[in-house]
Amino acid sequence: MFSKVLIANRGEIAVRVIRTCRRLGIQTVAIYSEADADSLHVSLADEAYLIGKPRVAESYLNIEKIIEVAKTAKAEAIHPGYGLLSENPAFARRCEEEGIVFIGPKADIIAAMGSKIEARRTMEQAGVPIVPGVSFALDSADEAAKAAASIGYPVMLKASAGGGGIGMHIARDEAELRQAFEGSQKRAASFFGDGTMYIEKYIERPRHIEIQLLADSYGNCVYLWERECSIQRRHQKVVEEAPSPFLDEETRQKMGEAAVRAARYIGYANAGTIEFLVDEQKNFYFLEMNTRLQVEHPVTEEITGIDIVEEQLCIAAGEPLRYKQEEIRRDGHAMEVRIYAEDPNTFYPSPGRITVFSAPQGEWIRHETAVQSGITVTPFYDPMIAKLIAKGPDRQTAIERLLEALRDYRVEGIKTNIPLLEAVLSHPAFQAGDTTTDFLSKHWKPIKTK
Amino acid sequence: MNQIIATMAGSVWKIVVAVGDRVEEGQDVVILESMKMEIPIAAETSGVVKHIHVQEGDFVNEGDVLVEIE
Repeated sequence: MFSKVLIANRGEIAVRVIRTCRRLGIQTVAIYSEADADSLHVSLADEAYLIGKPRVAESYLNIEKIIEVAKTAKAEAIHPGYGLLSENPAFARRCEEEGIVFIGPKADIIAAMGSKIEARRTMEQAGVPIVPGVSFALDSADEAAKAAASIGYPVMLKASAGGGGIGMHIARDEAELRQAFEGSQKRAASFFGDGTMYIEKYIERPRHIEIQLLADSYGNCVYLWERECSIQRRHQKVVEEAPSPFLDEETRQKMGEAAVRAARYIGYANAGTIEFLVDEQKNFYFLEMNTRLQVEHPVTEEITGIDIVEEQLCIAAGEPLRYKQEEIRRDGHAMEVRIYAEDPNTFYPSPGRITVFSAPQGEWIRHETAVQSGITVTPFYDPMIAKLIAKGPDRQTAIERLLEALRDYRVEGIKTNIPLLEAVLSHPAFQAGDTTTDFLSKHWKPIKTK
Repeated sequence: MNQIIATMAGSVWKIVVAVGDRVEEGQDVVILESMKMEIPIAAETSGVVKHIHVQEGDFVNEGDVLVEIE
């Protein structure tokens, strides 16, 4: 096992990775920008290095600076967390070149899965069902219109390099598609440096269900069941749970086996997630592969008892997988809500100084955050300030415990989406498991806020 | 003279008007980026763009004047 690991991230995920490292007796190295000097991940780590100005391009995305810090601190491995450089093949490659272990898959696998078009082709070859659509780049609105005509409307226009819902657009007819094409292409080029677009058939009322995988460097691979993450705003997840209230055992097993088949086919090693769209008839389609730790990994940890970060470290250190498929437990129900610094009605960001911050504690409650009273949430990074997770023997108990914890959760000084989270968890449709990705647009009624 | 101000802290991602342009009430003039989200800032009244106070890439605080229209 490693003796020192650098965490190339910030916020709650840096804190969470540090926690497992400490438990395993691994020294930790934090990096931080000028905006994060007071952050919890800086004070918790054994060493911390200032790497630049607040903007991510001048700090957390500065590959050479981070490599330099890793060498200075003599870190043997780098944990990238999620977001930022976690799915950047150039960063993984630089680590490989410098003899620093990148805690994640190989650079060429990140690159292959990072191109959504290439990932579609690969999954098709691996025998994993994909959403009907095109697996080639569309250069113009004319080409898009031609492809859409063969697939049938409505279609989803997507950016091949995309993520976080940016550059995605539903088009119900040719006029909508033509209108959206250029803007989406430009937006993707601006955000990802790659304006390659493709289209897929738009699946009505889908559920977003993903399979957590662990794979080692010796061809062993297991799935840690599924997470359902259908409750989304702006194509970003808000509530996640495991198990899914929708799947039956047969579909669960089929999806798990398809995900393992995909990972084996590409020679994947480390923790990874295959995201699927599931339609009302329980047909499932490959959506994308996340070649990193997911934000919502705690719900899987809570039902399996497996520390996914610990397994990532073991796999990266060259150890064989410590579990066989039949040893993966599934115990009770876990649910997570993402607490965002944002207006619950408009979903617009709400940066500012947090004057009061207190989270409930309890045997069934897990709280992941790097925020505390008196800190300022800056506009430079993602609006997620915390994750709250509750566990119970069944779904209804988990919902009730999470609701109770949310009612005791206090954040003052900024707006948060807590009113929305309470409304979702209390909603009869949510409680009945009627969770499709259009849930919020269908059920969420703007409320008065302070 | 009407000032269009930033409704939240963030970076100026795009300026979609030029000095001398005629803008209508509700039309986007500047797009800010904050917390990885694009936030369009619209003109509150119709008029002609008199002055643009910011450049793309600038960091602005809530309340900063972005554009003046007349």
